[in-house]
Amino acid sequence: MSDTTRVNINNRAAETNTFDAIVVGSGISGGWAAKELAEKGLRVLMLERGRPFEHITDYKTANLMKWELPHRGETTQQQRNDYPVIHRGWAANEAVMDYWANEKDNPYIEKKPFTWWRSYQMGGRSILWGRQSYRLSDLDFEANLKEGVGIDWPIRYRDIAPWYDHVEKFAGIAGSKEGISHLPDGAFLPPFPLNLVEKDVASRIKSHYKGERHLIIGRVANLTQAIPDRTGCQYRNRCWEGCPFGGYFSTQSSTLPAAMKTGNLTVRPFSIVTRVLYDKDQKRATGVEVLDAENNNTYTFNSKIVFLCASALNSAWILMNSATEIWPDGLGSSSDELGHNIMDHHYNIGASGDVDGYEDFYVEGRRPTGFYIPRFVNVGNDKREYLRGFGYQGAANRQGWSREVAEMNVGAGLKEALTEPGPWRIGATGFGEILPYHENKITLSKTVKDKWGLPVLEMDAELKENEWKMRKDIQLELKAMLEASGVKNVNTWDGGHAMGHGIHEMGTARMGRDSKTSVLNGNNQVWDALNVFVTDGACMTSSGCQNPSLTYMALTARAAHFAAAGKW
Amino acid sequence: MERRELLKMIALATGGVLIGGELLMSGCKNPPALGGATFSDQDISFLDEVAETILPRTSTPGAKDAGVGRFMTVQVNDCYTKEDQDVFHAGIRKLNDASKEMFNKDFLDATAEERTQLLGQLDKEAKEHQKKKQEKDWQIKDAKSKDPESEGAKEQPLPNHYFTQMKQLTLFGFFTSEKGSKEVLRHVAVPGKYNGALPYKKGDRAWAE
Repeated sequence: MSDTTRVNINNRAAETNTFDAIVVGSGISGGWAAKELAEKGLRVLMLERGRPFEHITDYKTANLMKWELPHRGETTQQQRNDYPVIHRGWAANEAVMDYWANEKDNPYIEKKPFTWWRSYQMGGRSILWGRQSYRLSDLDFEANLKEGVGIDWPIRYRDIAPWYDHVEKFAGIAGSKEGISHLPDGAFLPPFPLNLVEKDVASRIKSHYKGERHLIIGRVANLTQAIPDRTGCQYRNRCWEGCPFGGYFSTQSSTLPAAMKTGNLTVRPFSIVTRVLYDKDQKRATGVEVLDAENNNTYTFNSKIVFLCASALNSAWILMNSATEIWPDGLGSSSDELGHNIMDHHYNIGASGDVDGYEDFYVEGRRPTGFYIPRFVNVGNDKREYLRGFGYQGAANRQGWSREVAEMNVGAGLKEALTEPGPWRIGATGFGEILPYHENKITLSKTVKDKWGLPVLEMDAELKENEWKMRKDIQLELKAMLEASGVKNVNTWDGGHAMGHGIHEMGTARMGRDSKTSVLNGNNQVWDALNVFVTDGACMTSSGCQNPSLTYMALTARAAHFAAAGKW
Repeated sequence: MERRELLKMIALATGGVLIGGELLMSGCKNPPALGGATFSDQDISFLDEVAETILPRTSTPGAKDAGVGRFMTVQVNDCYTKEDQDVFHAGIRKLNDASKEMFNKDFLDATAEERTQLLGQLDKEAKEHQKKKQEKDWQIKDAKSKDPESEGAKEQPLPNHYFTQMKQLTLFGFFTSEKGSKEVLRHVAVPGKYNGALPYKKGDRAWAE
């Protein structure tokens, strides 16, 4: 295969196979790594395992009306068969089915139930993401140390705060400044508004809980005003089809054009990175090996720096599949923590109820975010019989035509009733922290291979007592808050949770202070190969309960500047 | 024996009343008669009338105007499980049989008032059935979580009621159609703003999205 190291296919590959930096993955983290490194003047190769996916032109449904979709958004039995994992939750929709990874080509093994929602195409899950963007705080960064759980984070809030500023300003995060110390304010665009009902519920919660609980508008990576090169949000709330206005942050709308503008970026799709190449004498990576997903040829690319941003599980997969002649369990496995400590956020549990009154009001436009209730348990003097906490995301709105109209069965009366908006309802789901457990792990299968003959992942992870206790509290507290706010007929629900279902998988190559107990140091460098950086969810030492992507952006930008400065 | 052939035999045995004969004749060229294993043009017309009874034309377009009959067949063909498909196809015949029982005539020969009365009754029956189904689903789920090998865990869930399927598809097909969205509800493709306290007065239409 040595004759194929020089790449020259379909104009999409580099003229040379040597770069200053290689970025593996093109999602939220990969896009940031490419942008920051290229802007620092490094010649960067970005490798994406999936297909190309062009901004705007490839968002093929984004300007269709729902009656123009053959099944109005419902998926077919064929799609159910082809995408069984995606159909475990709400993520299956006719408009975006081919954005998700092909499950037949890319199987995995569930030793315990695990929902893995992947998008193998340019931009990764940055197209499909929920866009909720919250900072962690020292309540999160100090928790492991204070409670003796896992290992201590090697950083504190002050280390990451300027990088949150940096990424928020570029990405465009709409949010309200609230002065909540454990949910720090940021460099926000003007917030989206709460609606009338949400505002009243917010003020009732505030007074009932004496200012210790807050219902705020969700902080979200959608533009409430235009920023350079991007149009403001148009309030269609169809973000995940891809936004023709560039109204939300994605690789395609944001980091990729910025990186391309430097002239320093080369992008190569259909490039499955099979391993990081490692020079055991220098103790450095020399590049990566790529399997071309289309022609099955193997190519080698060389670089001074490698950034793994392939998503938590796939970055760990690459490390586990690398340097096995020196470390049988892979590059970065010397601590025995690689692939362990997998975390997620557990959710799919909450409450909802009826809001009387407000018949004289409705909403106009489709806001791309709901409300957020930040964590209030185990904060300050609050102590629970479990560790850590949870936040809630929800919304209030008038019901639509799918509601029950009890007294109307069929006929003109039913039609007239459904033509008007129904009564108001409010509801929310919790998002809870999952602790890092060494025994929650992924490993490479010794028997099962994917379409390309590569070993697949075996998932062996589950929620434990702390999370189950927390879930009960998530329901009880939300029910109590809604009832205290005058909401009627409050029902709790629990849709269950398998690991991965939160789409916030993380922790498989954690950061730490000691090479004996962590895979990465405080600058996201692999202890065993300092020119390899892992800056996606794999690096997380604890999970917090906040949606994590903003933290990946900040850690990636921080590590990229550190790497580019070259003082290491 | 194929259901189609069975029908033919029944038609012959009962003297093959003209209406049935016509349906079977056309069924020779295309898929057969009412409620066959695949949808016929007659089925689509029948479903249009069912949908129109649920959501009739008033001062605004009705289900038939929005092509709901055909839409139902697309969804059933492509999106329903085999089990739900069978319930739906059989449901067309059951609905017609219910009409015969109540009014001594086919559904398509019933007056608008009779159709509304019949579907009103079927709606009640379907709601009661779905409630029982839901309770049983919960019991099975509960039993499974406690002991997957228990008798309760191995109970078969009740099938959906055909009228629930038809009503759901009617509402979904109608309110997501172009006519339903634009002429019955209010459709704005690109709102460009959000107002969380829009004044509302009774009679203002709901948003389509």
